[in-house]
Amino acid sequence: MTELTAPAAGADAPQASLWKDAFRAMARRPDVLFASLIMLFVFTMAAFPGLFTDKDPTRCIGREARGRPETWFRGEHPLGTDAFGCDFAATIVHGTRPTITLALSVIVLSVLIGMTLGILAGYFGGWIDAVISRALDVFIVIPLMMGAILLLSLFRGRGSSGNLLETVAPAAIALTLFGWMEFCRYARAATIETKNLDYVTAARCLGAKDRRIMFRHVLPNAVVPITAIVPTSLGSVIVVEAALAVLGIGVQPPATSWGVLLSNGTQWAGGGYIYLFGIPLGLLILTVFSFATFGDALRDALDPKLR
Amino acid sequence: MAETTGPAADVLPGSDMNAPLLEVEDLRVEFAVRGRRIPAVRGVNFALEQGKTLAVVGESGSGKSVTSQAIMGILDSPPGFVTGGEVRLRGVDLLQQDEETRRTVRGNHIAIVFQDALSALNPVWSVGFQLGELYRVHRGAGRRAAEQKAIELLDQVGIPDAKNRVGHYPHQFSGGMRQRVMIAMALALDPEVLIADEPTTALDVTVQAQIMRLLRRIQDERNMGLILITHDLGVVADVADDVAVMYAGQIVERANIHDVFARPAHPYTKALLRAIPRVDAVGRELEVIPGLPPNPAALPSGCPFHPRCRAADPERCGDEEPPDRQAAEGHLARCHFAEEVYRDER
Repeated sequence: MTELTAPAAGADAPQASLWKDAFRAMARRPDVLFASLIMLFVFTMAAFPGLFTDKDPTRCIGREARGRPETWFRGEHPLGTDAFGCDFAATIVHGTRPTITLALSVIVLSVLIGMTLGILAGYFGGWIDAVISRALDVFIVIPLMMGAILLLSLFRGRGSSGNLLETVAPAAIALTLFGWMEFCRYARAATIETKNLDYVTAARCLGAKDRRIMFRHVLPNAVVPITAIVPTSLGSVIVVEAALAVLGIGVQPPATSWGVLLSNGTQWAGGGYIYLFGIPLGLLILTVFSFATFGDALRDALDPKLR
Repeated sequence: MAETTGPAADVLPGSDMNAPLLEVEDLRVEFAVRGRRIPAVRGVNFALEQGKTLAVVGESGSGKSVTSQAIMGILDSPPGFVTGGEVRLRGVDLLQQDEETRRTVRGNHIAIVFQDALSALNPVWSVGFQLGELYRVHRGAGRRAAEQKAIELLDQVGIPDAKNRVGHYPHQFSGGMRQRVMIAMALALDPEVLIADEPTTALDVTVQAQIMRLLRRIQDERNMGLILITHDLGVVADVADDVAVMYAGQIVERANIHDVFARPAHPYTKALLRAIPRVDAVGRELEVIPGLPPNPAALPSGCPFHPRCRAADPERCGDEEPPDRQAAEGHLARCHFAEEVYRDER
């Protein structure tokens, strides 16, 4: 055989994968870098609250309630104290963990459920597809808020033991139940698109089982569109959590989340204590914005048609 | 993840090593389209011996690919249904086997090479990974051993610098190289029968010749049976042993390749051969077969070729479907006048 091959195809060419390309494309965008910094900040705050405050958020002194911060970001209470006399900075920092845990667990569960059902529906079609797709329609028709309110009123008034898992679980279950559909639809569409491609037929011709075809050939194709919507969905879960907290059915006190803080802050916002409302709100908006920006950029970077 | 259990899968239960390698008898496939049953393959017969190459030639829509899909058992069903006949591999009728057995037959006994190698390779895995996976899954090889086998295979199909190319992704290969990779994948599990479904159609002419030479060499080395599906008579001329010409879901002529080229016994084959452009006919118009291939949903009465046939007898051919007639020893043609056409009298 005397074919010529490109001599340069040796060292660096094999490393050029979809994910590496996407990463490179994103690292060049300043808005993405900014969003990533915010995300990093928020995640660090959730993981290591001790880095940001040395105060105990549950140590509240009624006498010091609603103490405006005299010197911002310094002194005994850098962000003042809240309506109960707790250090506000510590409250916010420690409220990050439930917020982020909730958002992550909702998304992880939704992706798992949605992808599994979507791939099964798309791959096997027939009655399996019919059952899953109709179930999906039913869940889409029920408005998230209404579904969550109904479901969470079941858990209401049980209080919370302070255990992170127990604090977050009811809201996580409710939001997952009404959050898996989008992932399911993406996975189903990607599966239907993939399953009739030649390489799937070729794999079948080499004796591959259904399970192998789903994992090796269909799943990688479904992962890309789903990854692109994950950050945006994270943002929206945080927003919905806040909405539930304002209604009093989200994360239950004494545990705090940004939503709970926001909800408490609304009572004092008009009375000159705007910071009790404004700081959690600003943090929430900034976080959601950075997730959305990151998600948008990720979608652009992963979509070969937009390159 | 033992998808095939040990060496037992190498021998099909109940198979008889003295039986012909692959026999297809009266295979019928229909498609259900809008409540109607449309026949795509209407009683195909052929046999393939070990070490032989059978070329299946025909226009688009003549049922070549559907036949190969039915043999592999990868017909999309619905809408496609095998409605009759037998496909015997060493005497075992594959159509009677359960899905699990059929799955072990695929790849282990019968493998297929598709036309478009780019879409037949998964773009997200490296070529070596896809090749090695076959060994890891079917043969239980380790990662290292699998990669070694992948390199060996790539080397066998003539990919230069296989050691470095093994980690490359399908898009990094040229069209001809990709087709070689496809062939390597099909060969990985040592099948006895290789079906090549228009393996060179997507390639340019010089590469076509290389791929055909490669297929012939590999078939020689491994003593496989090769079914070469093509619409290009020129491609098969120096590779095939036997030719089956398909028209409207039937094999209309079946014989030794030299016989078919020298003395076709079916007017359709004759017209096809005349339609091949010739170097010594410069300046003359190219010959064509008048009319269009028949619509399988509305086949002409009698012989399906009679509306386009030069030699047709307007009464007999329009009414009576011709049987397989023996024009000469081992030379079958589905024509009322096979003998006359063979002797070039019609």
